[in-house]
Amino acid sequence: MSEQSPITVEIKGISKQFVLRHTRSIKEALIWFLKGRKGDLSAKFHALRDVSMEIRQGETVALLGFNGSGKSTLLKHISGVMTPDEGTVRTRGRVAGLIEVGAGFHPDLSGRDNVYLNAAILGMSEAQIKERFDSIVEFAEIGEFIDTEVRFYSSGMYLRLAFSVAVHSDPEVFLVDEILAVGDEPFQKKCLDKIQELVDAGQTLVVVSHDLDLVQRVCSRGILLEHGRVVKDGPSHEVVEFLRARTK
Amino acid sequence: MTSLADTPLVRPGIGQGLKDVFRRRYLLKLLVRKEIKLRYRGSVLGVLWSYVKPAIQFVVFYIAMGVFLGLNRDVGNYAVYLFSGIVLINFFTEALNNAAKSIVYNSGLIKKIFLPRELFPVASVFVSAAHFFPQLVVLLVGCFLTGWRPTPLGLAAGFAGFLVLAMLSVGLGLFFSSVNVYFRDSENFVEMMLMVATWVSPVMYQWHMVHERLGDFWFGVYQANPVTVAVELFHYAFWSTTAGGDAALAAPPQLFELWLPVALVVSAAVLALGQFTFRKLEIKFAQEL
Repeated sequence: MSEQSPITVEIKGISKQFVLRHTRSIKEALIWFLKGRKGDLSAKFHALRDVSMEIRQGETVALLGFNGSGKSTLLKHISGVMTPDEGTVRTRGRVAGLIEVGAGFHPDLSGRDNVYLNAAILGMSEAQIKERFDSIVEFAEIGEFIDTEVRFYSSGMYLRLAFSVAVHSDPEVFLVDEILAVGDEPFQKKCLDKIQELVDAGQTLVVVSHDLDLVQRVCSRGILLEHGRVVKDGPSHEVVEFLRARTK
Repeated sequence: MTSLADTPLVRPGIGQGLKDVFRRRYLLKLLVRKEIKLRYRGSVLGVLWSYVKPAIQFVVFYIAMGVFLGLNRDVGNYAVYLFSGIVLINFFTEALNNAAKSIVYNSGLIKKIFLPRELFPVASVFVSAAHFFPQLVVLLVGCFLTGWRPTPLGLAAGFAGFLVLAMLSVGLGLFFSSVNVYFRDSENFVEMMLMVATWVSPVMYQWHMVHERLGDFWFGVYQANPVTVAVELFHYAFWSTTAGGDAALAAPPQLFELWLPVALVVSAAVLALGQFTFRKLEIKFAQEL
């Protein structure tokens, strides 16, 4: 993680404003317009204000903060789901990850179909999926249930399969939003080992989590957000201490 | 690790539109296959239903309209005439209805993971094309039973008609699916438009009836609708050789020289407009859904 490592995520002065619209129909919008645009059809709030950071290859970064501080919004900007109002986000290589457990899983499809579909959604090619399929199933410990419809899976099986597909997608930048908290102890350990393995191989990791102990274990760098601004950026144990001191 | 330093920094979330759909065609294939699989899940006859339903529809048309209403007297082989138009309209209706809803329907995914969002409306059109195929088979059986002779120009006309409607469906699908994120009125508007589509094209009646009432200018306007041209191309392809004496009325003059190019240009323009609108609006999909 020297200064020579290439930058994988570069964020320059991004701001994001959310407009909370109260209407979903043309009729209401038209009536509001005809009534002389009285009252607010929408409310605005800043989710991110002038956020900048650089993340280099091989770094393990935790985004910290209370609910509504803008962590998840920032993660969505890195993944490309959202684009900023101002400023720029640039990434190098493939960005993928687990933003929510099983987003893109369909309960009525078998585990096998879901693995293929989900892996393709995360950007894997047909050849890559075929090559890694056995490894995905093995890591998830699904075994013979792979051809069973996913709706019969226990929540643990569901999570394991989703996580397994995501880690096997092998992106340059891996994003994880609050999923390490789920799953039993042995599987959580297995996941952490796998993540460590990926980081050692040069992957960049960006995690959003409220589990401060876990964050200190996994991540070397912490970035604290408050009301959409970066208030502290440094070694994770310092940022966690800072955050703990604030809540007291 | 030097290889990563050589790859450029890019802005995530900025796609290349339909080009990305082609690049991710394996994912498109899986999405289409998923929809088809889910449709027949848990049914005993499975995909056979796709053949049974249009076959019954065809028989009902033949008896009710051809025999009881006596339309066979005015239009030779009315059942094939009607059915060849209906299958095409069925395709268009299903494709556009599903495409218009596709973005809102897949909001769970679109809010969480970045992928070319054009995939969803395009996949809807492909799924509808897969459902169109059994109807085409039933139509062909009906054609052969009533003495159809395939000609090279006829087959080309059938292909062109389908292509025009597929392009139009993708274009309108992109437009309405993206507008639907902001105003849910969009899908209702599409349903209304599709109801009208059946009647502003010569599906139930014949083109020359319109020509006689409207005169040259307004008939030209009528013909500018790509759906109309597509239906006429299908009549030419599947009905004209089975119609006996009515064959001369199968297609309006200059169908190939003038109206087919017009339909292709209009459809391509709609496609370009749909893509343009979609790209303008998709920037804020994740926060509006």
